[in-house]
Amino acid sequence: MKQGLFELISNEKIAKDVYRMVLCGDVSAITAPGQFVNIKLEGRFLRRPISVCDLDGSADRLTLVYKTVGGGTRQMAEMTPGAVLDLLSGLGNGFDVERSGARPLLVGGGVGTPPMLLLCRRLVARGARPIAVTGFGSADEVFLSDELRDAGAEVIVATMDGSAGVKGLVTDAMTGLEYTYFYACGPEAMLRAVDAAAPESVAGELSFEERMGCGFGACMGCSCETKYGAKRICKDGPVLRREEIIW
Amino acid sequence: MADTRVTLCGIELDNPIIPASGTFGYGVEFAELYDINILGSFSFKGTTREPRFGNPTPRIAETSGGMLNAVGLQNPGVEAVVSRELPELAKVFRKPVMANVCGFSTDEYAEVAAKLSESEQVGWLEVNISCPNVHEGGLNFGATAAGAAAVTRAVRTATKKPVIMKLSPNVTDITEIARACEAEGADGLSLINTLLGMRIDIRRRRPVIANVTGGLSGGAIFPVALRCVWQVYRAVKLPIVGMGGVESAEDVVEMMLAGATAVGVGAANLTEPFACKRIIEELPAVMERLGIKNLREITGGAHNG
Repeated sequence: MKQGLFELISNEKIAKDVYRMVLCGDVSAITAPGQFVNIKLEGRFLRRPISVCDLDGSADRLTLVYKTVGGGTRQMAEMTPGAVLDLLSGLGNGFDVERSGARPLLVGGGVGTPPMLLLCRRLVARGARPIAVTGFGSADEVFLSDELRDAGAEVIVATMDGSAGVKGLVTDAMTGLEYTYFYACGPEAMLRAVDAAAPESVAGELSFEERMGCGFGACMGCSCETKYGAKRICKDGPVLRREEIIW
Repeated sequence: MADTRVTLCGIELDNPIIPASGTFGYGVEFAELYDINILGSFSFKGTTREPRFGNPTPRIAETSGGMLNAVGLQNPGVEAVVSRELPELAKVFRKPVMANVCGFSTDEYAEVAAKLSESEQVGWLEVNISCPNVHEGGLNFGATAAGAAAVTRAVRTATKKPVIMKLSPNVTDITEIARACEAEGADGLSLINTLLGMRIDIRRRRPVIANVTGGLSGGAIFPVALRCVWQVYRAVKLPIVGMGGVESAEDVVEMMLAGATAVGVGAANLTEPFACKRIIEELPAVMERLGIKNLREITGGAHNG
């Protein structure tokens, strides 16, 4: 983990209530896709944990994609280029790309989609051919499809109302797919459904969300029980292996 | 040259800064960030006889100028602390540590205190009779003078190390509790623990925290903590570890002027992991600006005249 100041390069709306923020700063503490940063905001006591969407280490560029769900994220949406943000970076364990096999499945639900982009890049760089299934409410909420496709994934979008892609849930879009491993990030109900839908013989990793105090393992605010004992979502997670989860 | 040294129950500290229990784990997370030997000491995570998972999540809520937590004394249990956490800590921290003792009966407090006392690393026992997030024990003892006295007596007989009782602000008269601890042989007091509070999610129409209530900490509670330290300083002769919302070197000076001998830093560690390092580095300049040569001399300084 590192604490550092980042300069805001751009901050644009890319879907309904969803924004893409590009920051410039020392990204060297970020070592795996699926990690997150914790952002200090003026007037807010707790930092805001946001997953890393994309990374360009050579240019010190960090991309975050976030949804405005409360006062803190709305405050982020109003920030303009040149603003300076205090970030804790390189938090959490992240996804393990070495276990993916040749044809990994990436499942992102809503704002669980952003970490799939960097994960996709890292998997493709290792020679894997990922399939990305992303799920949203309707067409105006869909984001990152082009980016995932450009990064080398076969992309399948699902929307609840059928206004884009497959009508239904990500698990509907998963029907008939064959894959060597799966990575999932999204609401807990979605994670549970993905776990139930995946064949027992296929291993996977799922990224969880919980209200956090510190984000680096000190306060025990975000603990969960696993088959291998209590784990802190912020430090030992947010990514847990399929076999250790107690649903 | 500013002298930041203070003496707490016979043990000298390089400076009065002590990260508060529950915000610093067993030290190793912070040792990855900076050399924690710059600290005066730190108080490790509240430890019970048995391992505890604690309360269901969500355990955390944000407030104006602070946060609520209802962790519920999650800890690996005293055996694991002695056999695993303390040896790990010894690799990164060579000063006496403050052992935070929790329990659900006077017997448990005594047993945990005795086991932690056996460790040479432990300098003081800080006895938590003020956790608002567990439904038996904890605050049940700290809420009455009789309960506080009973735990103090039990721990006093279980250890020869300095016993510091950690008091709750969620009482009618904190000085009554402080006097009861003093009468039973406590060597010091630490105050305050968190203030009981709650938040409601107005969309879901449900409490934000699964436990419904949680303990309020952060800058918002500093004036309450300062008032408690002020009152207790006038009521007893014991040294006080003052804590509650401390975020800067100026806050440290203010807390000491109210009557604190040493100063705990809690929630600030969570929002700013380098908070204690910054405060320790700021302290000499702040002392110089205020004309303070020896920090130990200012304890209770606001009570004069």
